[in-house]
Amino acid sequence: MKILVTAKRVTDPDMKIKVRSDGAGIETSSMSFKVNPFDEIAIEEALRIKEDKGGEVIVVGIGSDKAQTEIRYGLSMGADRGIHITAGSDPDSDAVARILVKIVEAESPDMVLLGKQAIDVDDNQVAQLLAEYLGWGQACFASKVSINDNTARVEREVDGGIEVVDMDLPGVISADLRLNEPRYPALPAIMKARKKEIKKMTPADLGVDTTSKVVITQLAEPPQRKGGRIVEDVAELVKALKEEALVI
Amino acid sequence: MSFEFKTTCEYQKYFTPSHDLVRKSARQFVKKEILPYIEEWEEACEFPKEMYKKAADIGLLGIGYPEEYGGTPADIFYRLAVSEELMRSGSGGFCAGLGSHNIAIPPILSMGTDEQKKRFVAPVLDGEKIAALGITEPGGGSDVANIQTMAVRDGDHYVVNGCKTFITSGCRADQLTCAVRTGAEGAHGISMLVIEADTPGYSVSEKLKKTGWWASDTAEIYFDDCRVPVENLLGEENQGFYGIMANFQYERLMLAVMANMTARLAMEEAMRYSKERKAFGKPLAGFQVTRHKLVDMATLVEVSTEFTYRVAAKIGAGEDQIKEVSMAKNFACMASDRVTYDAVQIFGGYGYMRGYLVERLARDNRILSIGGGATEIMKEIISKLM
Ligand SMILES: Cc1cc2nc3c(=O)[nH]c(=O)nc-3n(C[C@H](O)[C@H](O)[C@H](O)COP(=O)(O)OP(=O)(O)OC[C@H]3O[C@@H](n4cnc5c(N)ncnc54)[C@H](O)[C@@H]3O)c2cc1C
Repeated sequence: MKILVTAKRVTDPDMKIKVRSDGAGIETSSMSFKVNPFDEIAIEEALRIKEDKGGEVIVVGIGSDKAQTEIRYGLSMGADRGIHITAGSDPDSDAVARILVKIVEAESPDMVLLGKQAIDVDDNQVAQLLAEYLGWGQACFASKVSINDNTARVEREVDGGIEVVDMDLPGVISADLRLNEPRYPALPAIMKARKKEIKKMTPADLGVDTTSKVVITQLAEPPQRKGGRIVEDVAELVKALKEEALVI
Repeated sequence: MSFEFKTTCEYQKYFTPSHDLVRKSARQFVKKEILPYIEEWEEACEFPKEMYKKAADIGLLGIGYPEEYGGTPADIFYRLAVSEELMRSGSGGFCAGLGSHNIAIPPILSMGTDEQKKRFVAPVLDGEKIAALGITEPGGGSDVANIQTMAVRDGDHYVVNGCKTFITSGCRADQLTCAVRTGAEGAHGISMLVIEADTPGYSVSEKLKKTGWWASDTAEIYFDDCRVPVENLLGEENQGFYGIMANFQYERLMLAVMANMTARLAMEEAMRYSKERKAFGKPLAGFQVTRHKLVDMATLVEVSTEFTYRVAAKIGAGEDQIKEVSMAKNFACMASDRVTYDAVQIFGGYGYMRGYLVERLARDNRILSIGGGATEIMKEIISKLM
């Protein structure tokens, strides 16, 4: 089974984010970065399928030179080789999906496994767009994946429960939080991953125009939470809810 | 050879993105496998033996060691990154105990035969066996040339009699890389033997009770007509002193790293606390005295860390750094003495209470300027090389 997975470079979710003073983005100079946690889950799942069924896992990363670090992380976890699409800034979801289409055409994987969304912009679109462009089946928000010959049985997390779908392969699966707990790479694997192949290409090489359809016009910090206050009695509470909180 | 650096930045950075990946894995390990339990292990004065295996499994024990004995070859900054991250457990004792092989196996690698390395290095890097180093004796630690533990040749065995003390991992060690006297008085009569703990005549004291480093088991080890096979001799008879001294360079570097991290953690804690804690109606950080104290702490930490890195880079490049590494150790220990003291001061009474990290850091810090060659001994070395 040949599986294509993604590794997006995102800001470390454990760090506090600061909006740039011009509001056009976030301050990245002092930030640390890591693989999108949902992609990490997707990579882990791909590796487990490979360990069970054999095959190959290919990690795709799209972004600046530095995005190579996240591809290497996937290789350290155990993926076999990488593809790095170099792009100055992060393309929007539609461009990412169109880039992936080209890679799928070149690599003919049995499955594309990606995170349900990237924790930086939370768009949640790439898997769905990709399946549509490819004309493949999709099973998004997977919490369990089992492979049977040419079909995948996927348990999907939907509102109020789990939906079980059988999907023909090749297909697109996006990973939800509870799919698995990703391993962290052992040191010898990290050292070996330094020598694994990463093929570099540009969107232009693939004939993909990455001009953004989505433009961020303004980012702002959420309003600061005001401290709580203890009220004397119910009457004061009701008054405050009416006049200050404006909720009743 | 190029006369120019390719970029100025190349000479400023010691850690590449690949080092950062190793650092991240080590950090994950600390976060998941150590931090939730460290308080408990410190109070119990012991960490579970299975931690050696767990650490070996993700390659933490073998980083920087040869592949043929189960290690992962890597430059010195990989080892520094791993040490720094392990220190983020906040327990120098845990690091000393888990890392006792880092002082115990280099003499085997530098002086031993391939056969000895297979027997005494591979199982240790694999987390199957625990290794300790035995130099210090009750009669003296600084004056290594004067050790008294005797090993007398009897056929194909050495009969060892004597005692070692303050041995890190001593209670649980399966093998001791041990300095013994095989010849005349002085440095030229010392040999290195690997003594296995199950050898008849080898016995171990109760765990010694210490000021700090609680999570590591420190012991006295006794040899009573302990018969050690001649094939356990490392290198040539009476040539052990040089092996011991060569080992010290690396141990001192690692102690400098530990001191820098002890200071860094104390500084980070103090920084955080001084923003939270209020006195006279404002946070402690609102007082200029506190801010200046934090500045002095941070300055010491940064300066010391940079110098240690510089020395590490030169050691990594194969340069002789006996003098510089001694300076690095002394400077780092001076810095961590100051910084841990001031961190406790900023915490006030809480800094004196168990359960607060700065309290442990201050206790754990004290050994660093004594072990692996005391400050005074470092100065003796430096003065001879000036
Ligand atoms: C927690 C812990 C773990 C340890 N782990 C190990 C281990 O794993 N293996 C091991 O072999 N050892 C270990 N040691 C021992 C350590 O290396 C020694 O304690 C250290 O070398 C000092 O030796 P000493 O205690 O005998 O002090 P001494 O040598 O008696 O020195 C006492 C004091 O006199 C000073 N002094 C000595 N000579 C001179 C001089 N010429 N000029 C000026 N001042 C001098 C010293 O600096 C020191 O301040 C450990 C010690 C501790 C506390």
